[in-house]
Parts: sequence; structure tokens; C-alpha cells
Amino acid sequence: MVKKTECLAMLLAGGQGSRLGILTKNIAKPAVPYGGKYRIIDFPLSNCINSGIETVGVLTQYQPLELNDYIGNGRPWDLDRSYGGVHVLSPYQQIKGTEWYKGTANAIYQNINFIDRYNPEYVAVLSGDHIYKMDYNKMLKFHKENDAACTIAMLEVPWDEASRFGLMFVNDDGSISEFEEKPKNPRSNKASMGVYIFTWSKLRQYLIDDENNPESGNDFGHDVIPAMHENGERMFAYKFDGYWKDVGTIDSLWEANLDLLNPKVDLDLSDDSWKIYSRNPIAPPHFVSADAKLENSMVGEGCYIGGEVDYSVLFSNVTIEKGAKVRYSIIMPGTTIKAGATVEYSIIAENAVIEEDAKVGLSPEDSANRDDWGVTVIGEKVTIGKGATVAAKEMIDTDVKGVK
Amino acid sequence: MYAANVLGIIYSNVYDDHLNELTTVRTMGSVPFAGRYRLIDFVLSGMVNSGITKVGISTKANYQSLMDHLGSGQAWDLSRKRDGMTILPPFNLSDSGVYESRLEALQGMMGYISKSGKDYVVLADCNAVCNISYADLLDFHQESGADITVAYKRGIAPKLKNIMTFDIEGNDIKKVTVDQHGDEACDYALNIIVMSRVLLQRIISAAAGSGSIRESFEKEAIAKNVDKLKIKGYKVDTYAKTIDSLQSYYDISMQLLSGEFRDLFTKENPVFTKVRDDMPAIYGICSKASDSLVADGCIIKGTVENSVLSRGVQIAEGAVVKNSIIMQDCFIGAGASINCAILDKDVVIKPNRELSGAETYPLYIGKGTTV
Repeated sequence: MVKKTECLAMLLAGGQGSRLGILTKNIAKPAVPYGGKYRIIDFPLSNCINSGIETVGVLTQYQPLELNDYIGNGRPWDLDRSYGGVHVLSPYQQIKGTEWYKGTANAIYQNINFIDRYNPEYVAVLSGDHIYKMDYNKMLKFHKENDAACTIAMLEVPWDEASRFGLMFVNDDGSISEFEEKPKNPRSNKASMGVYIFTWSKLRQYLIDDENNPESGNDFGHDVIPAMHENGERMFAYKFDGYWKDVGTIDSLWEANLDLLNPKVDLDLSDDSWKIYSRNPIAPPHFVSADAKLENSMVGEGCYIGGEVDYSVLFSNVTIEKGAKVRYSIIMPGTTIKAGATVEYSIIAENAVIEEDAKVGLSPEDSANRDDWGVTVIGEKVTIGKGATVAAKEMIDTDVKGVK
Repeated sequence: MYAANVLGIIYSNVYDDHLNELTTVRTMGSVPFAGRYRLIDFVLSGMVNSGITKVGISTKANYQSLMDHLGSGQAWDLSRKRDGMTILPPFNLSDSGVYESRLEALQGMMGYISKSGKDYVVLADCNAVCNISYADLLDFHQESGADITVAYKRGIAPKLKNIMTFDIEGNDIKKVTVDQHGDEACDYALNIIVMSRVLLQRIISAAAGSGSIRESFEKEAIAKNVDKLKIKGYKVDTYAKTIDSLQSYYDISMQLLSGEFRDLFTKENPVFTKVRDDMPAIYGICSKASDSLVADGCIIKGTVENSVLSRGVQIAEGAVVKNSIIMQDCFIGAGASINCAILDKDVVIKPNRELSGAETYPLYIGKGTTV
């Protein structure tokens, strides 16, 4: 007997995340480190396993090496299964030629065969670049209760941010009456979270129709969802009211990390009932020396703290030498901040070195032009020389020479 | 050389009685150490890093926590189709009861040893904390043409039953003394022993045949053979400390904090342990930490000084922890004060309680206690 898969998840992880600049030079956005030990993709993957979804296709395209390596056989998420489990799906050669994933809908279309192997009732389409904890099973129940063709997770966002999102107008029964994609003057604050559940038989037909439509951009938000709506399919909005953050920009990635230090933010990673799983670094506990001043921060394994750290997130194996100062910053694995260096309002990527007395980043208050202020980013394996200064909002991906 | 042709045998229970407090609910191998580890992690990871792929773990009693910790051996890459890790429960011969000596334990696993297909065997205990290369040890064994090689350290011998001390010339062990305890530096065994599988089988059979199977391994296999076999000493100059009492467990843990943790944890030889998927440690506003090793999952809102914190420890606002070892998932309530204490797993200290031991007599609080 073949086990029945009720709901299968397709995780869109092929995006470049160009707004993250040098942080995604060599890795796809879902592989970007987050929260002291995690990568962004740990959140949707953990949500899947915690919701009882045991078959997950991960669609990769842009710089997949690190992501493939990270997912491996899916063991860290208990997704190494003899039936189902996690599958990395890259574009492949076909008899009619080779095609990249043209859009989010096309990516799923190209993998219809994969989904058909499991013959699920429902397919969840998720994106690999959001930080949130969500029970997809509850949403699936809602989808079934409404006999919907498509259910879209919806979040009420602050009105002044609404224009950045795909918005929905929702009737009292939860059905969706209208869509509006990133309007200048929003009339609704109910935003789509980019989390969809479809009845597979319906979606399958719409994907085929969409592919046959030469006018289509093969995108869920722009093409497939509006087409379903026009045809009068039953579409519902599922209200979510937990923490959710799109970490698509440098500022939002920085904020989302620091959100973990804010007790008022509803994102508890220590909750045993909804664990976020990840591939764990192999490193000893971190050591805090007698010279350290460490407050209000998150610290990963294998770190050595000899300096001052305030309001920062340190990933594994970071060294903060005696006399170094780190404030309001995200320091990714293996980076060293040497004595006398100051790092503020910055994201420092993996294995970088900030030499003695260098100054990286600036607080908005100290910035000459506050409107043009931004978080400073130092790329992977970059060395910032002795005494050098890197201004606010700069993105550095080559070594900076020291100043004598 | 890569020690692929070696069978590792780890005694998880030996010397449990020297650490009574911590081993009433567990084996020596599963005693928490250095924050996120159990003692067996060090010897097991060392073997794995040296290329040993087949490890048998000898157990005797209370090995539930050990089995829980080791699981399938996956964390050490020892969950394999060929070779891998095997937990060896005590093997009773009809009327003998649970084994009493190392030799008897080995006799119980004779089938496992002889079928291992490996030419060499490394025997090791869990209470000697070190991160040595078993590959180098094997190279030494082969190059020196020894029949038996014993790793040793120079220093004051630990107060362990049957501890071997040596008279050594060059690297030849000339004389083995068993059970002699003094306060002067000497060459003492770390109880890491290499020999060929065939020789080990012969020693066990001989002991069984002559009725001396319940004698000590140290006397029967090593001391008695000092004139008959080539027994060599392999000097360990890197970090190696033997735990022989609760006091030494405390002292060795505290010495890690004065910088010795750098000698134990090296980049080249990572120490593997069970994965718990905790979040990184979080320090709150007004938290203070110094000279401490802190594992993942800790939430620190109070003050921590000169202490070792295992995974998932919570220290509430205003609480002060000094010179202490706090094991997994302990909770220290607001305003409490702890000094020179060893708190076993899941201990809860209610707000404003004060507990204090002395450096020379650390206070021990048992697993799951609420104070």
C-alpha cells in the first residue's frame, strides 16, 4: 500500500534576493544566516515538520550550492524519509530543451511530475525568505472547512507600510473579494504573506493553462491568483496574527535579527513546542572573559567575548577581542573583531576580519545626513584594515587597506 | 595514519563509584561536562576524528541516560551500515551475575570483538578528559613494535582504584605498580590502551582459563606481562585530566575557565555531542557575565561569574551565580545567590535563596531538586 500524502509543500527558494546585495553574492537568499545560528530557510522547513507536512520540494535556481549542502538529506528537520522527505528541485533538461524557472508559477509547473508522484489532495506554496512561526495545519483545516480552491495567509500590516504588499479585500465569511498588488494609495491593510494552500486538482489545471498563455508572466501573485479569482474559484484569506517578517532588504534583515532581543516581539525561539531546527555548528560553549561587558545580546556557540557587546546578535565562532566594541550589529559565523575596533549598526558577513582600531558603521544620531543613513554591510571574508573607517550605509566586498 | 583498522572499546561505567553523586542517575560516560558535553563525547569524538569507525560501548548499570545521549550514533557519524557504534549491554553467563571486572566485561563481548574484523583494539575510559589523536597513538604503537601501548601522563596520580603507575626508560615500561597513591609527580596511566585484537583475545581466554577473570585487568593483563611482552608508554603532553572525585570534577571544570578550555577544544579536533536544537544564548538588559563558559539555550538576566553553564539554564534578574557548575535546564530565581555549587539537571532555585559551598567542598544539589 502506498502511503497517502494529504498535503505537500513546495518551497520557493530560487530567488537571488538582489536587495540583500553582497550578502547574496554567493548564496541564495534562503541560505542567509539569521538569528545567531539559523538560516532563513529553517523557518519554513521547521514550520512544515511541526505542522505535520513531511514531503517538501525545495525549488532552487540561484546559487544553489550552499543551500543544497545545507539541506542535505533533510536530517536536521527530521525530513529524511523513505517516503517523502525533503527534495531539492533544480531546473532540468527536457526533450523540448532546457528552461530556467521563468516565474514562481512556472517553477511549480515544471515540477508537476514530482507532485503527481505523491498525488496529494492539497499543495502548500511557501516562500523561503520569511521569518515566522506558523501552523500550516490550522490553515489547511480552514481551507478544507471552506471547501476553498485557494487559501492565502493574510496579515494586517500598519497602514503606512501597506503599499509595499499585495493587498486583499476580505468579506465577512473570509472569502476574498478583490486583490490589489502594491497600490500607491492602499484601501486595505490586509496583506498576503506569500503563503498559499491550493487544492491540487484545481492548481494543476491553472498551472497548465497559465503555461499555455503566452501573455502570462508565470507568477503566482500576478497571474495565477488573478486568473483563479476571475473564474470565480472559492478563495479565502486565513488570518495570521503572529510575528512575520520579510527579510528581503538589508534594513529588514538587520531589524529582524534585533527583534529577537526585544522581549515585546512575539518570536520565541526557545519554545519547545514549536522548535526551529537547523544544522547545528560543532563548537564548544562560548566563553565570556573577565574583561567582557556583554548585555542585551544573543551569542552563538564557540564565540570568545573579550570586549563590549550591546544589543547585537553574534553567530557561532565569533571573536570579539578585548577593547573592541560592538553595538546594534549582526556578526555572522567565524568573524573576528580585533582590539580597539568599533562596529555599530552593521551586518558583518562570515569569516571577515575587522582589524585593530577600525571603525565600521555609524549610529543614525551621529550621522551627518540622517535621511541617507543606513546599515553598513561588510562582505564574506573581507578584511577591514587597521584604523580604517567604513561609513554608514556602505557595502564593502573587497578588502579595505589600513590607515597608518 | 588513519586508524580505520581499529576497534574502539569504551567503558562507560568504570569508576562510577568515585563520582557517586553524579552517577546515581547515570553512567560516568553521561556525566555532563564543560557546558554542553557528556564525558563520553571526548573519547568518542577523539576516536572518530582519528578515523575509527567501529566503537563498542560497554555498559553495566544506569545506562538509560547514556543511550538517550548516544541515540543511533548519528551525531558522531557512527550510524552506519558497515561498522558504526554499538552499545553493549552487560552479558551474563548463566550463574555469574553482572560482571565485576574489566576482564569479565571483555569476556562478555568476546563475540563482538572477534567478529569486528579489525586488527587492533583501543580500550578507553570516560573519566580521563582529553582530546588526543588515536591515530598518532596507533602510529606509535606500530612503529615502536610494541605488543601493548599505554598512554600516560606525568603528574600526581589520580586516586583511582587499580591506577597504574610506571617506571619508564625511553618509552619502555619497565615496571608497573598498581594501586599506589602518592602526592609526588609520577607517570600514571590514562587508561587508554592499544593492542592487537588477537593479543587481547588471548589475554581474556587465558584469564578465563586460569580462573582469574575477576582479577583486575591492570594486574592480569598489564603488570603480569611486563617481562613477557613489549609494553610501551605513549606520553601525552596535551590536555588530559582524570576525574577521580566530585572535588576533582569541580576543580577540573573551574580550571577550564582559567583558559584551559582552549587546550581541550581545538579547531582540528571538534568535539561532537547530541544535537538539542536550542536557540543561541540570550543575555538580557543589565546582565553581567565574566570568566564563564555558556552553552546554547541559556537565558541570562542576572550575573554569572567564573561558572560553567550547560544548555538551557535560566538565570533570572538579580540572581548571582559564582564559581559554580550549573547543568541543563536549571532555573535560578530572581535575587537568588549561588556560590561554589554543582547543580545537577533540572534544579530549581526559588527566588532569593542563598546557597554556598566552598572551593574545597562544593555544594552538590541533586537532579530535579527544588530549593
